[in-house]
Amino acid sequence: MDAIWVNLLNGLSWGMLLFLISVGLTTVFGVLGVLNFAHGSFFMLGAYLCMQAMAWFPSFWLGLLVGPVVAAGVGAVVERCLLRRVYARDLSFQLLLTFAILLVLDDGVRLIWGSRYHVVDPPAVLAGVVPMFGGSYPVYRLFLVAVGPAVGLGLWAFFRLTRWGKVIRAAAMDREMAEGVGIRVPALFTAVFTFGTWLAALGGALAAPHQSVGPAMGERIIIESFIVVVVGGLGSFPGAFVGALVLGLFESFGTLFAGRAQMALPYLVLAAVLLVRPRGLFGQEA
Amino acid sequence: MGGGSRAWLGLGLLAGLALCPLVVPMYWVFILTEVLIMGLLAMSFNLLFGGAGLLSFGQASLFGVGAYGAALVLLHGPPSLGLAFAAGVGGAALVSLVIGYLCVRRDEIFFAMLTLGFGMMLFTVAHNWREVTGGSDGLSGFALPTLPVLGLSLFDPRVMYWFTLAVVAAGVGVLWRVHRSSFGLVLRASRENRERLAFVGASVARYRLAAFVVSGTLSGAAGVLFCLFNQMATPDVMHWAYSARPVLMAVLGGSTVFLGPAFGAAAFFALEQAVTSVTDSWMIVLGAVLIPVVLYFPEGILGTLVRWVSRPGRGDRE
Repeated sequence: MDAIWVNLLNGLSWGMLLFLISVGLTTVFGVLGVLNFAHGSFFMLGAYLCMQAMAWFPSFWLGLLVGPVVAAGVGAVVERCLLRRVYARDLSFQLLLTFAILLVLDDGVRLIWGSRYHVVDPPAVLAGVVPMFGGSYPVYRLFLVAVGPAVGLGLWAFFRLTRWGKVIRAAAMDREMAEGVGIRVPALFTAVFTFGTWLAALGGALAAPHQSVGPAMGERIIIESFIVVVVGGLGSFPGAFVGALVLGLFESFGTLFAGRAQMALPYLVLAAVLLVRPRGLFGQEA
Repeated sequence: MGGGSRAWLGLGLLAGLALCPLVVPMYWVFILTEVLIMGLLAMSFNLLFGGAGLLSFGQASLFGVGAYGAALVLLHGPPSLGLAFAAGVGGAALVSLVIGYLCVRRDEIFFAMLTLGFGMMLFTVAHNWREVTGGSDGLSGFALPTLPVLGLSLFDPRVMYWFTLAVVAAGVGVLWRVHRSSFGLVLRASRENRERLAFVGASVARYRLAAFVVSGTLSGAAGVLFCLFNQMATPDVMHWAYSARPVLMAVLGGSTVFLGPAFGAAAFFALEQAVTSVTDSWMIVLGAVLIPVVLYFPEGILGTLVRWVSRPGRGDRE
């Protein structure tokens, strides 16, 4: 199988996972104004909870349903009890609070499930490989390539067409005005944060069969999703999509042309975009 | 507190620290040396954070440049302490000039993300350029130079401690001069209101760049000390997770008080020692301590103490 095609599909499937995580991060930032350092930890929590649910009821689909919902419940508690108190504060302190939450969640996961790596099998329908371009390719990765746009389209329809979506966009645009027309902004903030965590955890549950589940997976993904949302433009929905694809493809093709420097590519992309377009590709100039 | 009593306080603190190795067990001499080194790193970080309101999330990479600079000299060059310092500190100054030039025009989240990105680029260089940096193993196996005065050996933990104390005290002295100068005042003004400062004719970017280079250079000096102390330089000290340490220390101790971050470093290590003697889960405790600090004591431990002490005094006079 041609290296170009393999890299293209690898980049797309990784990019789609990145998108699922980043879209939650960027939505939370857009509405609440908080850059959530613990977002990657919810990603990891989703993977672990999915794995745990699969151990109790042996079905991947049930795990995919239960894991993210439980993780989102944790997210709701975090917003209610902690984040709510710092909306008026400096951005640095918000970042620090979510970093403290990251420390607690990451070590909490290590306490509960131990520090070894776990393998999660994909469901039977998506297991194995499929012949392609004179070679073979894992079915599960193709599934991820398809899931990303599906979720993206669903989210787009939700934000554009439903009443809830419009309410959220209104609150993101002008909090005071939204309150003025009778939107219950505090409850909305809880809902949005819970939704954002659910998206992160869904990404984690979907990532579980794609990579091994371990205590370092949140730490690794959070920096990459930071890069995606900053490159795409903080708070921008299409930005997260394009940013995730750019990063996913850069990383997979980087193995072809950059060799050992491949690890530095995401940071190079970040620096280059921020220096040329400080607000990101799709960000509005303030 | 007047200028005179401040000077006496500083001298008393220095004398107390200098006497420590004569009274505490050897194990604590090691811990205290590390506290001093991390204290300098946290204080140099706080020149940007507490001083100019810039949250740098790549400070440890400059610390790492200092460590690698010294390690490379000691491994391949003559066993000269001066040369090791020149390479480490000079390297950190040069790198922070370049990174700072690219970062200082951005604010808040963008500054934090840019410093994080450049820091991780430097980490990648250290981690992957095996021929020069030794890859993930880092550089080790070099002899420590002897002190030019008295021919004392740095292998003696007490000598290492006193030497560290001297360098850290000098670094803190530099930071104090900056803090008290009109330059420090302009920096704090840039934190309060950047636009207004620009209107009165100050080049905010140039002031920030100067602060970034001073901060990076002193972080490099801390890195050289760290390299001498551990007799190696490893890439993990350049990772963003390590860059979080000076941030946590500054917030824990108090970013609004001059010595707050150093105090935070001491509190950080004391807490770590206390927790790790009971359980392995030190991070969860750190997080659990940090959450109430951020929520209820944003001025940190020392900042809150200073406010409590100074408030009744002001009340008496009024």
